[in-house]
Formats: sequence, structure tokens, C-alpha cells
Amino acid sequence: MDDIETQNLELQLLLQAVYLKYGYDFRNYAKASIKRRILHRLTAEKLPNISAMQHLLLYDEGFFGRLLLDLSINVTEMFRDPNFYLAIRQHVIPQLRELPYLKIWHAGCSTGEEVYSMAIVLKEEGLYDRTQIYATDMNEVVLRQAREGIFAISHLKQYTANYQKAGGQESFSNYYSAHYDHVVMDKSLKKRILFSDHNLATDGVFGEMNLIMCRNVLIYFDRDLQNRVFNLFRESLCDNGFLCLGSKESVRLSTHSGVFADVVKEEKIYQKRLHDLSC
Amino acid sequence: MHVCPLRQSMNKKNGVKKFKAVVVGASAGGIKALGTVLSAFSADFPVPILVVQHLHPNSDSYLIHMLASQCALTVKQADEKEAIEAGTVYVAPPNYHLLVEEDFTLSLTVDPRVNFSRPSVDVLFETAVYAYREALIGVVLTGANGDGSQGVKLIRKLGGYIVVQDPATAEAEAMPRAAIAAVRVDRILALEQIGPHLVQLINRGCQITDI
Ligand SMILES: C[S@@+](CC[C@H](N)C(=O)[O-])C[C@H]1O[C@@H](n2cnc3c(N)ncnc32)[C@H](O)[C@@H]1O
Repeated sequence: MDDIETQNLELQLLLQAVYLKYGYDFRNYAKASIKRRILHRLTAEKLPNISAMQHLLLYDEGFFGRLLLDLSINVTEMFRDPNFYLAIRQHVIPQLRELPYLKIWHAGCSTGEEVYSMAIVLKEEGLYDRTQIYATDMNEVVLRQAREGIFAISHLKQYTANYQKAGGQESFSNYYSAHYDHVVMDKSLKKRILFSDHNLATDGVFGEMNLIMCRNVLIYFDRDLQNRVFNLFRESLCDNGFLCLGSKESVRLSTHSGVFADVVKEEKIYQKRLHDLSC
Repeated sequence: MHVCPLRQSMNKKNGVKKFKAVVVGASAGGIKALGTVLSAFSADFPVPILVVQHLHPNSDSYLIHMLASQCALTVKQADEKEAIEAGTVYVAPPNYHLLVEEDFTLSLTVDPRVNFSRPSVDVLFETAVYAYREALIGVVLTGANGDGSQGVKLIRKLGGYIVVQDPATAEAEAMPRAAIAAVRVDRILALEQIGPHLVQLINRGCQITDI
């Protein structure tokens, strides 16, 4: 076993320790990205090797807090991929309109930008008041920020442009109040959003949803964990419920591919078939 | 990073080292430069080529079409979890980092920008070298920032081979200069010579004494 293999073994043991001591399960995440971030933390803490980090991890909960932030990548934006939201307006909203009551789940919602974007779409399409939105993430820190709905003003120019490209019908500034260096999202958008803690790797089914949005989370998982999560989504969706993934994610190579029909292929919008083809 | 240099023991036959993959990083001026480099390869080029070209986050597939038209190999945008195959050029999608897993599949992430860039050359190089180790060739082309210089350091440390475009022939010289300043590189070549040199390296391997 050479040094790189030894280091990989240390990494495996570290993730095992994170799971056994703190309950967060990163063991089935794609390795390359995890390794990069652990090695960065190693350099930042001036530690000689991952085994030394293991010791710190086991005896210092504060250190685990820092490591957890390294391991959960929270990069997000409002109306990320404007064409996706356009497709939602054109191809999904008309079907949702037929329903008396809607339940939507954002899994891996990070600091909430995506959730507020969708809330705006629902509002403009007249569906907001009959929708219950569940927004979950494994990371409590980002959930707190999401609940506050406070975003840096420096991003607003881009968000406004995204909003317009995404088929926005109003002036984007109607949805927030601007302060010195930040904006606060309008209270009326928060009314029907429930933010809560949920870990896709370890927690279970989540209600009977009409639409599940899980974008740019599955790229971080290995195939086994992806399949687990697709199964979770399949069981959490009503018949004809929608599943929306990130632009580089797909159900097609998963064991649950047969359950989902394409709605808008390029935008990774799927719909659960009435009759499960895989059963 | 905390890994000792590898003993140069694998992939060597009779003092000749075989290369298994090429990673290429390019930024400003890179689209043209990439076309020039890739046009040197014939359809039976026996190893994969992985490319990061800095692009505007919302760019379409122009780069792929452009490169495909100049190159005998299959050129495609990298897909997540895709198994890496020889004779294929994989290009990082705009606004995603491209990473190589040690089981020779590809990953994409939306991790924060590195060197103000996503995709970042460093991210590709640093992960690819853990997978291919000394059998990796890293190529740094024209560009206006220092992305790639951390990556070539790790390639050097793990015994790979580094080619840098001669800054005098680069549309933007900061990126090749940063690589040259970061480590001892194996070759500094004019743009036109890079493709043919890679073909030679891949076909004949490289004498261990050369390194
Ligand atoms: C890159 S962000 C994507 C945010 C947003 N969906 C978007 O596309 O802009 C990924 C999010 O997934 C969360 N995440 C990662 N692993 C998770 C897990 N096992 N369960 C729940 N959330 C997870 C991270 O905490 C992070 O907030």
C-alpha cells in the first residue's frame, strides 16, 4: 500500500468516524470532491495527516462543526438556470393548476434562494395560496439563513436578470426590501414555507408530494446513494408527481429510471408514471 | 499536500514510462489554442483527454462543436459519473467543476469558484493526478490568470509530466507563466509543437532518464 492508498484509507476511516460519532453519513459521497475539501481543512489546520484530524474530530466537537461546513457545499442562486423556471411555467404549472391543493418539497435547499424563486413563480401563477412548501437541508446553519431570507445585495443584479429570463412578470424589486448591503425577502413569500432538517442519506420518506425539487445535490453522491434517494423520491411522490433535478443530473442511469417519464428532457423535469413500469 | 513523492515503479517497462491520460487547462485565447493542439491527434489516439476551458457560465455548446470540427477524436461535454474512455476528449461544462475519481469516472460539482473560475484547471489537475499519478500529462495553455499552477505542483510531486505553452506564443501569458513559476516543467513549447509532442510521448512513452 503506497502513501496515496494509505491516505485514502485514512479518509475512509475519518468518514466512518464522522458517521459513528455525529450521525452524518458522507460515506457514499463522490470521493474526489470530499478528498479535496478534507485536504484543504488539513492544510488550514496545519495538521500532519488525516489520522491527526481523526483525533481532533473525535475529541473536539467544535472542529466537527467546521468540518461539516467544509463538507456541505451550499453554493446556490436565485433562478439558477432561468430556462428551467421557464419550463416549469410552461409545462408543469398547467398540470398543477388542476389540483385543489399542492405540496412541494425542496430537498437540499441550502440558503433558500431556490425556494424563494419557486415561491415567486407560484405567486405569479396564482397557485401560492393553495401550496404547502417544505424546504429541507441537512445543514442547520444554512437552514437558519434560509428562514431569514436575507441575501447579499451584491447578487441582486444577476438575480434580477435571471428572474426576467425565467419569465418574471413583475418588477423583481416587489419581492424584497433593500437595505444597506442586503435585501430581505417579502414576508408574504415565507407564509407557506416550512424549513426543516432532513438528511437524504439517512432520513426517510417525506409526505405525499406533488412536486419534488432536488437540484445540484445528487451530483455529490455515488450511484448507490443516488439510487437510495431516487427510491425515497419515488415513495414520496403522488402519481403524476413531478421530479426536478439539476441540469447535469439524470434519473436515466439509475435503477428507478422506469418509474419516471420525461416532461422536459433538457431541463431534467420528470413525472412519476401512473403505473410503475419497474414493478 | 501531505503525500510523499511516489517511487517511480509503476507503468515502467524497460525504462520507458507509459502515459494514460492528458489533462489540459486553458483560459483567455484558449479556444483557438485548444483547436490547434487537438488537431494533431488521429482517431486512434490511445488515451483520454480532459479539458477545462474557462467560459462564461451561460455559454452554450459552441466550444464542443468548434473543437469537434477540428479534431478526429470524439469531443463531448463531460457527464457526471461517466466512465473515462480512451480516444475521447471530455470538456468541462460551463459553471461546473470537472473532477476525476480514482475509479476513472468523472464527477461534476458546483463547489465555489477556485481562482475565480468554475470550472477550474486546478480542480481537474489535482483530482486527475490522484487517479493517474505518474501516468498523467498536464498541459497548461494560454490564459490571463494563475489557474493551474497548484495543479501542476501536485502533478510534479506525484511524478507526472508537464507541458506548458511558451508564453511568447500565448494570447495571454499569465497562466503559462504562473505554471512555469510554480514548478520545474518538462517542456515549454510553442503552440504548434504541443500536439505533435504529446503524440510522440503517448506513442513512445518517455525514457525514465528524461525525467
Ligand atoms: C450545491 S447546494 C444546491 C442548492 C440548490 N438546490 C441549488 O441548486 O441551487 C447542495 C445542498 O445540498 C445539501 N446536502 C448535501 N448532502 C445532503 C444530504 N445528505 N441531505 C440533505 N441535504 C444535503 C447541502 O447542505 C447543500 O445545501
